[in-house]
Amino acid sequence: MNPAAGTPRTWPADSVGLVTPHRIDIDAPLTLDCGRTLPRHQLMVETYGRLDAAADNAVLVCHALSGDHHAAGYHSPDNRKPGWWEHYIGPGKPIDTHRFFVVCPNNLGGCRGSTGPTSIDPDSGRAWGPDFPLVTVHDWVGSQALLADALGIDRWAAVVGGSLGGMQALQWAIQHPQRLRHAVVIAAAPRLSAQNIAFNEIARQAILSDPEFHAGRYAEYGTRPERGLKLARMLGHITYLSDTAMREKFGRLRRDSGQAYGFNYDVEFEVESYLRHQGASFVERFDANTYLLMTKALDYFDPAREAGGDLATALHPATARFLVIAFAGDWRFAPERSREIVQALVRVGKRVSYAEIGSRFGHDDFLMPNAEYRRVLGAYLARVAEEAGT
Amino acid sequence: MSPPPGPELRADLALICEWIAPHSRVLDLGCGDGALLAWLAAHRDVAGYGLEIDPESVAACIARGIDAIQADLDEGLAGFDDDGFETVVMTQALQALARPDAVVAEMLRIGRRAIVTLPNFGHWRARLALARGRMPVTAALPHAWYDTPNVHLCTVADFETLCTTRGWTIRRRALLDRRHRSGPLIRRLGNLLAEIAIYELGRG
Repeated sequence: MNPAAGTPRTWPADSVGLVTPHRIDIDAPLTLDCGRTLPRHQLMVETYGRLDAAADNAVLVCHALSGDHHAAGYHSPDNRKPGWWEHYIGPGKPIDTHRFFVVCPNNLGGCRGSTGPTSIDPDSGRAWGPDFPLVTVHDWVGSQALLADALGIDRWAAVVGGSLGGMQALQWAIQHPQRLRHAVVIAAAPRLSAQNIAFNEIARQAILSDPEFHAGRYAEYGTRPERGLKLARMLGHITYLSDTAMREKFGRLRRDSGQAYGFNYDVEFEVESYLRHQGASFVERFDANTYLLMTKALDYFDPAREAGGDLATALHPATARFLVIAFAGDWRFAPERSREIVQALVRVGKRVSYAEIGSRFGHDDFLMPNAEYRRVLGAYLARVAEEAGT
Repeated sequence: MSPPPGPELRADLALICEWIAPHSRVLDLGCGDGALLAWLAAHRDVAGYGLEIDPESVAACIARGIDAIQADLDEGLAGFDDDGFETVVMTQALQALARPDAVVAEMLRIGRRAIVTLPNFGHWRARLALARGRMPVTAALPHAWYDTPNVHLCTVADFETLCTTRGWTIRRRALLDRRHRSGPLIRRLGNLLAEIAIYELGRG
């Protein structure tokens, strides 16, 4: 967890510092919602902090659509970019690594080292590609439960996540009620709306219609559907920011401010530049088949479905306490969607707190520094830590 | 039963605690830092939620382990089921609501009983200020006319008329002076002498 001796770089005192991911073998079979069974799989995992002797201070952090196991710290001394939740995980931060043992896996079907479309199918000896089964949030929770077994964790002190990660926390409370004490559901929704699915469908069509997609077998052709994946990511980024945030960040600023219009289709407005940059950097680190699969996991998520369409009934088995957080300017999963979760929990008498945080960015707020958000999350998790006796 | 609330609780809240059945479910509208719910949970095994609009108060509730739900009471309580709670409490928020009558009606839909406190605008100090041609500024109503959150002030008589009109039963009431004390004189001349009124309402 500490920088190696002799490295030229020192880490901020509230960072976990240098971290190394581990690939963990899950040797138990996992039957998926689609009907197929994975006899075994691997998960790439990062952990921060120490598991106490009673193994009751473990916190599972679930990642969102494009996230991975690298939630905090740095992978090398010259790496300038920390993990995706660096603002909230670390010594003295809300997910306090002095008190908690934090576990963050790359989900099954991911493309950052866990078994997924880019890993080798043992049956064929080739990369899975499009033959990798479509997985659901339910399947992820099943896989994470096997991971908990492998790590010797019977019960999480808390399962925490934002966006699609928040959906996993909610699903955990329903699927394995006895295996978590708290669920922290941030910037999530109990199911996607038609508008949410519509955005996902355009993202998928962008990938599927890229001539380089080759029915998902692009790796065999030595290529990648970069244009499609880039478009999908650009579209996603529009939904991650509120109109107000985009206006404040870019307005109508142009890269050559004060100059006349170019009267061509080159990058001209700053917002175009931002989206192209986000798209271009994403294709360097992400796999198109994984992106397709993740959007489908979002679309399929609907825990109420198995309870006759009633979320409260679905939540009835839960024994965890809940913290639900939404951001005022989030229009991807707006506060009303979080309130649906809260109302369902109240209806069945579950313990829940709900905070609606003043927004600066929109959906992206769950990743960003924000004093109000930090205070609420920190206050809640401090109680969780006290309960765990850490 | 454990002893009555001590000095750790504000006097009006201490009185309300005595009106709430042990082991019951309570919804506290405008719960502030959660003092009432914390006391009830610790001493009366009462479970419940606090609704609160102010984010800092929500964080304060969470820090003490109280279940707080951030909400604007003026946006309604439609998300709550009928009869979901034994008691719905609202202390010192009625006069700040856009439609206090609608909120009390909602309280009596969600809860079998409602407990409401209000500052009495008919108190003699308020009347005296108005007789002098000025808006009252008192201990119970400390704001100036231009920055007060209190947009729907009423007197004890006004509130009781509303209850009669709507068919709400007044099951209990406490009329208190500024030190949260009552007495025979206040009880007889409540509309003139009470600074704070606490009501327990039923559906009739």
